Amino acid sequence: MKTPNKKIKKELTIEQKINRRNFISFGAFTVFAMGAFEGWRWLYKSPNETAGITAEAHRPLRKALNKTELFFKRLVFNENHLVKTYPKEMAAKRVRYNSDIGIEAKNKFDPASWKLQVVKKGGEILQVSIDEIKALPKTEIIYDFKCVEGWDQVQHWAGVKFSDFIKHYQLDDYAKMDYVGMETPDKGYYVGIDMPSAMHPQTLLAYEVNDKPIPLDHGAPLRLIIPVKYGIKNLKRIGTITFSNTRPHDYWAEQGYDYYSGL
Amino acid sequence: MKAIKEKHSLAMRWCHWVNFPILTIMIWSGMLIYWANDIYSITIFGHTFVKFFPDWFYKTLGIPQRLAEGMAFHFLFMWFFTLNGIFYILYTIISGEWRELVPKRSSFKEAWLVLLHDLHIRKTAPPQNKYNGAQRIAYTAIIIMGVGSVITGLAIYKPVQFYYLTWLCGGYHLARIFHFALTIGYVLFFLIHIVQVILAGWKNFSSVISGFEVVNEEPKPAIQTVNDDEDAQ
Repeated sequence: MKTPNKKIKKELTIEQKINRRNFISFGAFTVFAMGAFEGWRWLYKSPNETAGITAEAHRPLRKALNKTELFFKRLVFNENHLVKTYPKEMAAKRVRYNSDIGIEAKNKFDPASWKLQVVKKGGEILQVSIDEIKALPKTEIIYDFKCVEGWDQVQHWAGVKFSDFIKHYQLDDYAKMDYVGMETPDKGYYVGIDMPSAMHPQTLLAYEVNDKPIPLDHGAPLRLIIPVKYGIKNLKRIGTITFSNTRPHDYWAEQGYDYYSGL
Repeated sequence: MKAIKEKHSLAMRWCHWVNFPILTIMIWSGMLIYWANDIYSITIFGHTFVKFFPDWFYKTLGIPQRLAEGMAFHFLFMWFFTLNGIFYILYTIISGEWRELVPKRSSFKEAWLVLLHDLHIRKTAPPQNKYNGAQRIAYTAIIIMGVGSVITGLAIYKPVQFYYLTWLCGGYHLARIFHFALTIGYVLFFLIHIVQVILAGWKNFSSVISGFEVVNEEPKPAIQTVNDDEDAQ
């Protein structure tokens, strides 16, 4: 089949060159465009994750959220980075109220008989009254509370630092675990917090807002104020505190939100 | 005689076409997020000219009640948007293509003349190489806007860890406003860009896919000259 007397390499004419390059580039463009479109369809129609600690997110997107969490947790989070604080005059007089999940008014709750329950190893429960908590060193913070919805408000809270609470009740071994879980007494709302965020120096178990005891709709008698997280993690009316090395369940992570939700 | 004139490098074409769908997804998922606190409008002396966004707009695009989904998409595609942008900027600097892109001192006056020409006020357009003055300004501005979106985005995404970025943007509120305004900027850019591309025609558009344009060149005069000399002898 050889044709030795024919030139093997023939210089392409300009027309041939133009056609060849157009064919390759437009062909590649079409293939990539179709691939991108198919990829997008796959992602957009991908099924939701199996409901567990987290739920309601497309499976690949949940994977991405968790990988992104690792990136920011390991490479960016710095416990010395403090949330910006403001002078007292800037704090809102009427603190924005957004949700009553877990503290619904229709459910009877008596703050006087409330005790914080800290679940220790072997099911032992440490009970702490609000007076005992108020006897601990008090820390105030006036900072910009940020909601995942996009609004924010400068608010004035006071309470005991979570890290001071841990130290006082000699829970240091528990603080070596990876997560803290908190729940409302009726178990209607619950959050999971990674330990570095919980032990952040601005994380408070708060009992005062604007120098007064926290009203019921803001989480009386004791609520979590964790400025390094969105509002969804700032649980109102803490009932129980648990410690674990795996993620505790989390109300909004079950609704498709990022588990970490760190700022 | 036809000839191939190289116009757009492969890297530039890649970045351009990769960015297009990514930016579209970022704008769409950004609207899913913005909906949850849609407080912006253009209001002058108490009169609201534009509300971002009217209900019909949200309904048409199926925006409401999708905050969690929007965040999940936004915080995945932000990586691709940023990496593609970094790659483009590095490539443009290292390859030297920035020389064709960054506005020169004359670009601003030239851009004005281009504008007059495009509006059919002036008959002739100023001579240009790859990009005219208006294009240099627009295509450099859009890159700066992209950098701005990443910075303002990080400033509202991690305002504690990147507190210096939030400070740089003038605080959390301003950062969110800038982030939003830049997005409106992209949409305006896109509209003008599309009109200009249509007006410029197929040859121009095709070069952003193929990388070259076909031009008509005069036949090389050197051979003729030799022939002339021979004839003369």
